[in-house]
Amino acid sequence: MSPRVRAWLGFGLGAVVLFAAAPALLTDFRLSLLAKYLCFAIVAVGIGLAWGRGGLLTLGQGVFFGLGGYAMAMHLKLADAGEGDMPDFMQLYGQLDELPAWWAPFANPVFALAATVLLPMLVAFGLGSLVFRRRVRGAYFAILSQALAAAMVILLIGQQGTTGGTNGLTDIEGFFGYDLDDPVNQRMVYFIIAGVLLALLALTRQLMHSRYGELLVAVRDSEERVRFLGYNPANVKLVAYVVAAGMAGLAGALFVPAVGIISPALIGIVPSIEFVIGVAVGGRAALLGPVLGAVAVAWAKTALSERFPGTWTYLQGAMFVLVVAFLPGGLASLWGLVKRRREAAVPPAPPAEQPVLVKEAAA
Amino acid sequence: MSETAGGLRIRGLRVAFDGFVAVDGVDLDVAPGDIRFLIGPNGAGKTTLVDAVTGLVKATGSALFGEQELLGREVHRIARLGVGRTFQTAALFEELTVLQNLDIAAGAGRSPWAMLRRRGAVPDDVAYTLETIGLADRRDALAGTLAHGQKQWLEIGMLLVQNARLLLLDEPVAGMSHEEREATGELLGKVAGERTVVVIEHDMDFLRRFARTVTVLHAGKVLSEGTVAQVQADPKVQEVYLGHASDEPVAQGAEA
Repeated sequence: MSPRVRAWLGFGLGAVVLFAAAPALLTDFRLSLLAKYLCFAIVAVGIGLAWGRGGLLTLGQGVFFGLGGYAMAMHLKLADAGEGDMPDFMQLYGQLDELPAWWAPFANPVFALAATVLLPMLVAFGLGSLVFRRRVRGAYFAILSQALAAAMVILLIGQQGTTGGTNGLTDIEGFFGYDLDDPVNQRMVYFIIAGVLLALLALTRQLMHSRYGELLVAVRDSEERVRFLGYNPANVKLVAYVVAAGMAGLAGALFVPAVGIISPALIGIVPSIEFVIGVAVGGRAALLGPVLGAVAVAWAKTALSERFPGTWTYLQGAMFVLVVAFLPGGLASLWGLVKRRREAAVPPAPPAEQPVLVKEAAA
Repeated sequence: MSETAGGLRIRGLRVAFDGFVAVDGVDLDVAPGDIRFLIGPNGAGKTTLVDAVTGLVKATGSALFGEQELLGREVHRIARLGVGRTFQTAALFEELTVLQNLDIAAGAGRSPWAMLRRRGAVPDDVAYTLETIGLADRRDALAGTLAHGQKQWLEIGMLLVQNARLLLLDEPVAGMSHEEREATGELLGKVAGERTVVVIEHDMDFLRRFARTVTVLHAGKVLSEGTVAQVQADPKVQEVYLGHASDEPVAQGAEA
C-alpha cells in the first residue's frame, strides 16, 4: 500500500470514527467530554510538529491556548450581554463604568475569530524572533516558555475587574446565536471540533512531508550543520513555533463553547505540562501519536480521578516517566516495535534449514 | 557575483579566546582552483582558521573570498556566498535519507512556496552529485546507516549541490581505509578546478598524493608555504615535526 493510499484510508477511518461511531455510541455527556479531549488533541498536533519534528520543547502552550480561549470567550460574553451592555462579571465587581477599550473590538465576531488564531501566532512570532535568533534552545527555551505561562496567569488573576480573575470567563450561554445548553448545539460544536482536528492533521501531514518538514528535522538533529548550508535555522524553527501557537489558539477558542469556561487554571503551568505529557505518551514524532496520546491521557484523567481522586497526579507522573524511560517514541512506536519483532521472528522460523546448516557445520 | 571559482585571500587573521591566541596574524593566499593542504601539529590553529573563515568564531583581520569580505558576517550568509565546509566528525542528518540530505543542501535558495511542497522529481544537480560521490544506489538509505567513508563523501556531495565554490574540508580522510582515501583524493581532484579546495589533514601519504600546494601552520602562525617538495625541504618544518635543530644537516627532505 502506498503511503498516500494509506493516508487517505487513515483519514477516512478517522472521519468515520469521529463523525459516525462516536456520536452514535456515546451519550451526550461523554460526547461533550470527547469534544474537550479533541481540543487538547489539536494543541497536541501543534506540539508534535514543534517538539517532535522541530525539537522545540514547548512547555508553555497554555499561553496560546489561553489567548485563543479568552479571545473567543470575550466575544461570547459580549454577545451574551447584548449590544452596549457589559458582561455580567464586570457589573458584579462594579469597578468599571464602561467597557474597557481593549474589550471593544472583540464585540465584532470576525475580529474575535481572527484574533483567536492570529493573536497567539503574533505573540509566538515576537517571542520566537527574539529567542531563536539569540540561539536560546533546549532547557532554556522550555523554562522560558514555562515562565511565560506563569506570567500570563499572574496577569489574568491580577486584573480581576477586566479578566474575571481566578474565576475566568464563565457561564457562557450562546455561541454565535446558538444556545449552548441545547444538546443539539453541543453536538454541532463537537462536529466543528472534530472537523477542525481532521483539517489540521491534513495540514500538518502536508507540512511534515514537504521539503520544509525535512528541513525541520534537519534543524532538530543538527542545527549548526543547517546553518553551514546557508539556511537560518531561527526562521525554520519560527515557522513551526508559530504554526503550533496558532493551533493551540484555535483549540482554546473551540474549548470555550465545548466546556463553557476559560480560566487561568486551564492555561497555566500545569495544563501546559499536561499537553506535553499527552504528546510524549502518544509519540511526539508521529503524526497521530500526539492526538492519541492527548485523548488517552485526558480520558484516563477523567476516568481515574473519578475513582481515585488524589492519586491521578502520581499516576500521570509515573506514566510520563515510564514512557520517557522505556518507550521514547511513545505509544505510536509500539506498532513499529511489534512489526520489527515479528519480522525479526520470521527469518529464524524456517526450522528445516537450520539443522542442515548445523549438520554441515558439524561435519 | 561571478560563478567562477574565487580565490581566498586572508590578511592578518587573528583569533583569541580569553587571551589565548589561537590564530596569530595569518596571511594566506589560495589561488582559484587550487587544492591547498593545511597541516601543522595539534593546536596549530588549523581548524580555528576554518572556523573563523566560516563565521563560527569571531576574528579580526580580513578574509576575502573573491571580492567578498567574509569576516563579520553570519554563518548562513557566508555559506550563501559559496563557502562550504565539513567537520572532523561527519555532521549529517542521520535520520534523513541520502537523497534528503542532498536535497536540503541544494535548497537554501528555494522560495517559501517551494519549501511547503513535497519534493517531486530528484533535482538534476542532486542526481548528478549522487553519481559523482558514488552513492546513487544508496539514495534512499538513512544517512546514519552509511559506512564511514560514504558519510564523508556525502558531506562533500552536500557541498557540491550547495554550489560551494570554496570547499573547506576538515580531515576528510581520517579513519578511512586505504581504498577510501584513494577514492576521496580522486573525488577532490574531480571537483577542484571550478572550485577552490582547502583541506586540513594529518595524513602525509594522502598529502603527497593529492596536494597541489601546502601551508604549514605552527602555534597560530604560518611557518612555511609552497609545493609539497618545498615544504618538506624546509628546515623549519622539519624542526617542528621532528624536533631536529634547524642547523642539523637534513638531506632527506628532498626525497619527495
